[in-house]
Amino acid sequence: MRWLLLKDLQILRRSPLQLALLVVYPIAIALLVGFALTRGPEQSTVALYSAMPADARLGFGGEQLDAAEIRDQLCSRVDCIDADSRDQARGLVEDGTATAAVIIPEDLGEKIASLASLNPQRPQVEVIVNGSSAVENEIVDDRIDAMVAEANLLIARRISEAAHRYLDLILEGGQLSLVGQDFEVLGLRDTEAILRALRDQVPAGADRRQLERAIRFAVLATQNLDLAGPLLTAITQPIAVDKTEVGDSAPSLDTFAIAVTASFALMFVTVLLVAGSLALEREENAFGRLTAGLVSRGQILAAKLGLGTVVGFAVLFILLAGLSLFVPIQWSRAPVWIAAGLFAAAAFAAAGAALGAATREIRAATLAAVMIALPVALLSLVPDDAVGSLLEKVIEVVTAVFPFRPALDALTGGLEVSGGSVWLYLLHLAALTAAYALLARAALRRF
Amino acid sequence: MAYGSLPMTETSNRPSSPPDGTPGRGPVLAARDIGKRFGDVEVLNGVSFQAAPGEVVGLIGPNGAGKTTLLSILAGIEAPDGGRVESGGGVGWVPQQAALYRRLTVRENLLLFARLQRSGRPDERVVEMLELTGLGDRMNDQVGKLSGGNQQRVNIAIGLMADPSVLLLDEPSVGLDPAQRARLWRFVLDLVDRGTAVVFSTHDIQEAERYAGRIVVLTEGLEIFDGTADELREAVVTGAADSGPGERDLETSFLAYLDKDGR
Repeated sequence: MRWLLLKDLQILRRSPLQLALLVVYPIAIALLVGFALTRGPEQSTVALYSAMPADARLGFGGEQLDAAEIRDQLCSRVDCIDADSRDQARGLVEDGTATAAVIIPEDLGEKIASLASLNPQRPQVEVIVNGSSAVENEIVDDRIDAMVAEANLLIARRISEAAHRYLDLILEGGQLSLVGQDFEVLGLRDTEAILRALRDQVPAGADRRQLERAIRFAVLATQNLDLAGPLLTAITQPIAVDKTEVGDSAPSLDTFAIAVTASFALMFVTVLLVAGSLALEREENAFGRLTAGLVSRGQILAAKLGLGTVVGFAVLFILLAGLSLFVPIQWSRAPVWIAAGLFAAAAFAAAGAALGAATREIRAATLAAVMIALPVALLSLVPDDAVGSLLEKVIEVVTAVFPFRPALDALTGGLEVSGGSVWLYLLHLAALTAAYALLARAALRRF
Repeated sequence: MAYGSLPMTETSNRPSSPPDGTPGRGPVLAARDIGKRFGDVEVLNGVSFQAAPGEVVGLIGPNGAGKTTLLSILAGIEAPDGGRVESGGGVGWVPQQAALYRRLTVRENLLLFARLQRSGRPDERVVEMLELTGLGDRMNDQVGKLSGGNQQRVNIAIGLMADPSVLLLDEPSVGLDPAQRARLWRFVLDLVDRGTAVVFSTHDIQEAERYAGRIVVLTEGLEIFDGTADELREAVVTGAADSGPGERDLETSFLAYLDKDGR
């Protein structure tokens, strides 16, 4: 068998294009993914024109908010370009410099201030988007919604803080400035205390009963206004999130991205190589000669599995070594991910052998490998809860009978610093290797 | 059935060994009542013949006659449904299409098959084969870059790697020009001179007449003739009946013979 394996490696070496692909492909993928992982998410660019005076301050209920603070809030999740006019902002969107423009009208401050008055007016900002890209519009809509939500939240918090101070003033008393004059506010607690002191001095009778009614009102008002504070906070942010993680902790996004990349590279290289190599035996007319008493079909199959495992793992190793230049690879867990890589490569090789034996010619084998492997691999990436339960079961079954999903799980477990045991995935891969090898062996009977 | 004779149109190069083998030496290959079916189609039906050391046996017949299937069974690639194959030594198999790895060099191909044959001295065996094929100066060339004739020589050399007593050639000269064909046959006849029995299939009746000591005619899985070229010529001329000797070449007469026989 080793001579067959050596022969396959010699043939591989004789094909400069194939050899270059096997080396260049993982390096190129490693560079692309590595740059993508280290660069971070790209932020949208939004043109911002504020018609409000630069020194304008937004006041409501005694609370002050300046325009710069609003701008910072708006621009916390996007890259903002300041425009000098509405037309300039629109032009930036039209020429593609910005994906959207936000126009803050001159009267925004007045309208926000009116929210705390008896005649509130709804503040409104204008958004300009480029309508030529439906996908981009979708993204921009989400970003703008998020921007406006941030600004609304800021304003709501400020209003809530102002309301809190008014409540404190009513409860505890203090100074109130109104239209340039200071007023002394007594406060409900002091009112209650004064009334209780007076009650002891008033003889029993109608006046004392009236006084006690006033004391009960002051007590009741104090108690209820004590509850108003938390209620205002609840209105500002009605739903709080209390996140509890159960089950196995999810891998980091970097680890998952590396495992997905590695699994795809391993799958394509191994399945295509083995399927093509087995089909080549027939196209070179060598299969009949080999099986005419020289070697058994099982030995030929074993040599192909060895070829796929060796070359597939080499490609995986080059890929991970390249990625380690950009993101940390857990070398302390090397035994785990090496085992995962070897088992995965063997399973992909067996699947490739089954395809090659069934199709019997290189072009058909290549086409079948791509048409089967790619959709199943993509299905493996569909989150469990993203589809209905029936479809989820179907996907679960389909992805369980192809090596991509267990390979991805095993590699993720091996590459994650706090990854758990991968034995179950390795067993799954070993079972698939055996099953596909049996299928390939059966198909070789009529090869 | 009466037999006539046709004039020889080409000089015969065939070895003079008798149909039953060299006197005093038994057959090295014998097919006994071989039968084979593929589904409902009976490809071979009771075919029997034998080959002696140093004998050249030609298998001829129209397409679908069962020649390749018979050779595959003799080589051990296919199992017969009936009958048996007996061989007194190793059987070398040379398929019609060169069964070689085109990206490997001549030497690498020979070395691979020498190792797979479990030759005790594979490197020495390769040198011997290179000398035998006369391809020593091309040993580091990739097989895919050789001419069809040279590829066929490597193809045959691999069939000879285990030093078989019988060499099976499936249409060995297909795709070769006359010069390549002549060189190929010189090479094969050298092997025959060394005592190797050769069984080859061909569509070319003149090739069979020229090189085969004995000819086996198959049609629709049936063996309808087994004898020397002269005997075949007589059978053909007599069987065709409408022409006398010398009026037709062997191939034309052979076709008429098959037509008359309802084949």
